[in-house]
Amino acid sequence: MIEADRLTRCYGPLTAVDSLTLRAEPGQVLGLLGPNGAGKSTAMRMIAGFLTPTSGTARVCGHDVRKAPLSAKRALGYLPEGAPSYGEMTIREFLVFMIRVRGLERDVAFRRFDEVVSRLELEDVLDQTIGTLSKGLRRRVGLAQAILHDPPVLMLDEPTDGLDPNQKHSVRMLIDAMARERTILISTHLLEEVHALCNRVAIIANGRLLADATPAELEARSRYHGAVSFSAQGSGVSREMLARIPNVSMVEVDPLDGRVTVFPRAGLPILEDVQALLRTQNLEVSEIQLERGRLDEVFRQITTAPREAQA
Amino acid sequence: MTAVSAIARRELWSYFVTPVAYVFMVIFLVLAGLLTFYAGDFYDRGLADLQPFFDMHPWLYLVLVPAVTMSMWAEERASGTLELLFSLPASIAQAVLGKFLAAWGFIGICLVLTFPIWITVNYLGDPDNGVILAGYVGSWLMAGAFIAIGACMSACTRSQIVAFILTAALCFVLLLIGQPQVVDFFQDSLPPRLLGAMGQLSIARHANAIARGVLDLRDLVYFFATIVAWLAASVAMLDLKRTR
Repeated sequence: MIEADRLTRCYGPLTAVDSLTLRAEPGQVLGLLGPNGAGKSTAMRMIAGFLTPTSGTARVCGHDVRKAPLSAKRALGYLPEGAPSYGEMTIREFLVFMIRVRGLERDVAFRRFDEVVSRLELEDVLDQTIGTLSKGLRRRVGLAQAILHDPPVLMLDEPTDGLDPNQKHSVRMLIDAMARERTILISTHLLEEVHALCNRVAIIANGRLLADATPAELEARSRYHGAVSFSAQGSGVSREMLARIPNVSMVEVDPLDGRVTVFPRAGLPILEDVQALLRTQNLEVSEIQLERGRLDEVFRQITTAPREAQA
Repeated sequence: MTAVSAIARRELWSYFVTPVAYVFMVIFLVLAGLLTFYAGDFYDRGLADLQPFFDMHPWLYLVLVPAVTMSMWAEERASGTLELLFSLPASIAQAVLGKFLAAWGFIGICLVLTFPIWITVNYLGDPDNGVILAGYVGSWLMAGAFIAIGACMSACTRSQIVAFILTAALCFVLLLIGQPQVVDFFQDSLPPRLLGAMGQLSIARHANAIARGVLDLRDLVYFFATIVAWLAASVAMLDLKRTR
């Protein structure tokens, strides 16, 4: 479990994290989502014990990071932003160093080492110097280091940043596989990642928590939520006819590809009515889709709202 | 303790995979030898001891120790590994101690490698090996004090060059402060008690006392206190940097 309790951090006059209160339970993958410079990394650094909070505190598995930092750190696996590691060491040496600092028992250490190495597919590169590795491999080494001691809480700062699509996929599979009994906090500015990984999202901007909801709940806030879009041969159906459907609020036609999007009045279902209309008009619809909502739009809307509205 | 030894081992190991250790060793050994024979009148004194050899050590350390310690924290900070290190279940004090022990151990290895000169003096004459051993202990303690200062300076800045210069400057002051010329210079302007205290701060004075073969408790306390004080300052500095 991770709890942030009015966590605040100032750099001089700048408040990087402003009274952030969060809670993530075992089994949850909480995505910390925000624009660059929103305070995601600063918040994580405070929870990891690298930075001291200006005020407020955080708890990892009930251990206060200010009062019992070592217990909190023992329960935590942390991948810092950019996955820093000692470039002159080989992967094997680096992981052995981590095992030693964490004081793992010999038999546990051997078992975990093999497990982590095979899970992250590092067998073939174990004796390569980390400094010579590709970005993706380095990220995997950082992940290996974070899960080495089988921590109940994982905190990953932009775990897939700079990876190619295949590597992103395998990292997501890994996080997914570990999520069941652990608490996982990841930070990202990639919306696709939220869809792929998180069962809860906390949106922060300017150091403040602006939304804390499931991805589905956030999507429901989008004006696209419940909208129907379709592409049809010819333009036999007029905007006026669609707009006359009782629950429809608005109709948009993409000027480039002619795709039509029909927006509902708040929360009302329109799919059947639209389909019925299309049928009566005998239109050849090549594709029709019920929109779930667009996270990027919600994200933009939440994070660019004027400050007064956020307060 | 496992964390301290793990950090110390990694650090010591890192000296030997980068050229730092070899460059340092070669230069230290070559200079220690050359200076002893050419600048230290090793032969002409006609005495079978290693006094000229140990007399050169403060000046060698002055240049070489900051080169070893400058990267201690500055590099971790610059490369981001500091964040990794501080997220591990090791306290700052343990990390500071581990790194200090690694550097001190490394200088210890270098001192051991000067054994040919000890063999030479034993071949040429009949020296008091107890005094020579004391000389080594004094030299090693002095190196410890320099390293502790260097650790603190490296913790202060992310620039290795700044760390080097600050360390060298501070050690230089601590070496000069007890030299007769400096004491004479302040003779008229400072009260005698302050002058005495100044002399007591001198690293060279305490190291020389030990090098004469007298293991005085006061000298040991001096080195121990210096090392502990500067390491404590390193811990405080690293902790302070977490809040800013």
